[in-house]
Amino acid sequence: MEYFIELLFSGLTRGAIYALIALGYTMVYGIIGLINFAHGEIYMIGAFTAFIVSTVLSILGFPLLAIIVLAGLAAAVWSSAYGYTVEKLAYKPLRHAPRLSPLISAIGMSIFLQNYVLLAQTSDFQPFPELIPEFDFMEPFVHIVGSSDMVILVVTTLMMVGLTLLIKFTRIGKAMRATSQDRKMAMLVGINVDRVISATFIVGSALAAVGGLLIASHIGQINFFIGFIAGIKAFTAAVLGGIGSIPGAVLGGVILGLTESFATGYVSSDYEDVFAFSLLVLILIFKPSGLLGKAEIQKV
Amino acid sequence: MLELRNVDAYYGNIQALKGINLEVREGEIITLIGANGAGKSTTLMSISGIVPPRNGQVLYKGEPIHNVAPDKIVAMGICQVPEGRHIFPQLTVQENLDMGAFLRSDKRGIQKDLDYVFSLFPILDERRHQAGGNLSGGEQQMLAMSRALMARPDLLLLDEPSMGLAPLIIRQIFEIIKKINDENNTTIFLVEQNANQALHIADRGYVIENGSITISDDADKLLANQDVQKAYLGG
Ligand SMILES: Nc1ncnc2c1ncn2[C@@H]1O[C@H](COP(=O)(O)OP(=O)(O)OP(=O)(O)O)[C@@H](O)[C@H]1O
Ligand SMILES: [Mg+2]
Repeated sequence: MEYFIELLFSGLTRGAIYALIALGYTMVYGIIGLINFAHGEIYMIGAFTAFIVSTVLSILGFPLLAIIVLAGLAAAVWSSAYGYTVEKLAYKPLRHAPRLSPLISAIGMSIFLQNYVLLAQTSDFQPFPELIPEFDFMEPFVHIVGSSDMVILVVTTLMMVGLTLLIKFTRIGKAMRATSQDRKMAMLVGINVDRVISATFIVGSALAAVGGLLIASHIGQINFFIGFIAGIKAFTAAVLGGIGSIPGAVLGGVILGLTESFATGYVSSDYEDVFAFSLLVLILIFKPSGLLGKAEIQKV
Repeated sequence: MLELRNVDAYYGNIQALKGINLEVREGEIITLIGANGAGKSTTLMSISGIVPPRNGQVLYKGEPIHNVAPDKIVAMGICQVPEGRHIFPQLTVQENLDMGAFLRSDKRGIQKDLDYVFSLFPILDERRHQAGGNLSGGEQQMLAMSRALMARPDLLLLDEPSMGLAPLIIRQIFEIIKKINDENNTTIFLVEQNANQALHIADRGYVIENGSITISDDADKLLANQDVQKAYLGG
């Protein structure tokens, strides 16, 4: 039973991070119908930003809480700047091109960013500072759930609630919903669609950056390639839940995290990634629109 | 108020508008009639900035707007109800109406206009919390028109508001178009295939064929025009 709960929490933690990254895929897809393959790299850049900022701040002797908050903010801002720029450079000029062109451009961006960080940071794994301490009050539960799992769950939940409020109640959130449902009509009611698209990239990138910080501190090391596998997993989560659907991304992330956790815990840890991708293949065969996605309506 | 001068518009290499010239004066109801594929919708999309003209000029209140972005054009007071209504399907009726007022911040004015559109179409008030996608065709048309009115436009562009509706609803829609024009002095540019009804409420009309204006005259003269009767009035 204890083992089960331990697996449950580790699955939820993973799932929460997948969900945080998956939100970026699904929001961008919802607005411009593009799979942003460079999103995993945005997450990786967030992790590196957090790494650099937290290393510098800890040398300067900042308190841990200040380091976490500042590193998180820096990562979010820096990743957002990258996300924003990638859209402007690589996708916006191709907005009226055939669907395949921006997709190829996205793959190119992903490769470019990976190699750029590879050149700047070498391919070695860098030890990531442990930002989340073991809390005393977590002591009795430490054998089933660690402090950092707890922090990840709380932070991701808060971010998801925040995102929901943003989309439901703010002006830009309403503009996002309208744009994703009918872009041309959104223009006709006076929405500046370019600005909505930029905002979507900024928000998605910021979420991924926070995910990058949390998971890097949890695992304890990073290199230029971490965005690739995390990106594919999160993309799987987004497709599983129904790409374009925000609750779907969260659900997909959690299901994927739990599947991986239980499968590695009870079956074998050698096949961790196999389970994720088997799930992806199954969903593509039996419910291509995903769990909460709508079957694609042919737009006239 | 609005003037198109030699407007050419293209979809890729296909030319949809060939030197369109037309004028809409303040307070008028103007109708543009033509067969399928003649270029009616493209004309409206050129005015709204969605399909910007490749050549020619669009002047609104004396200012050129053919290089202005669609959202800025809405801000200048031109609103379009596009063909097929384009209700935001997952937003409620109320939220659809809120989107119409997207560029406004005068809370009291918005509330007043909300009351006004509910007085025009009481059914929308009853359906307020229902998803737009679940409304009937007629209700969606009412909602689309109301959403445009929520922007309080000076010039309202309507693209085939009668399309796919029952005769009774069509009559109601045309009455309300006239009413909007009378009560608020909203200038109306009405695209229709239902030439008979459109010409009955319009002051003047244009006929478009293959991307060019072929006839323009007062509405009653067009109704009496034999060519127009033959081609568009089933007589
Ligand atoms: N998105 C598009 N891409 C390519 N060609 C288009 C597009 N939209 C319209 N056209 C072409 O432009 C021409 C004019 O079309 P438009 O929609 O303006 O006609 P319309 O008068 O509104 O017709 P209808 O009465 O059927 O609505 C047509 O030949 C049409 O095939
Ligand atoms: Mg049309």
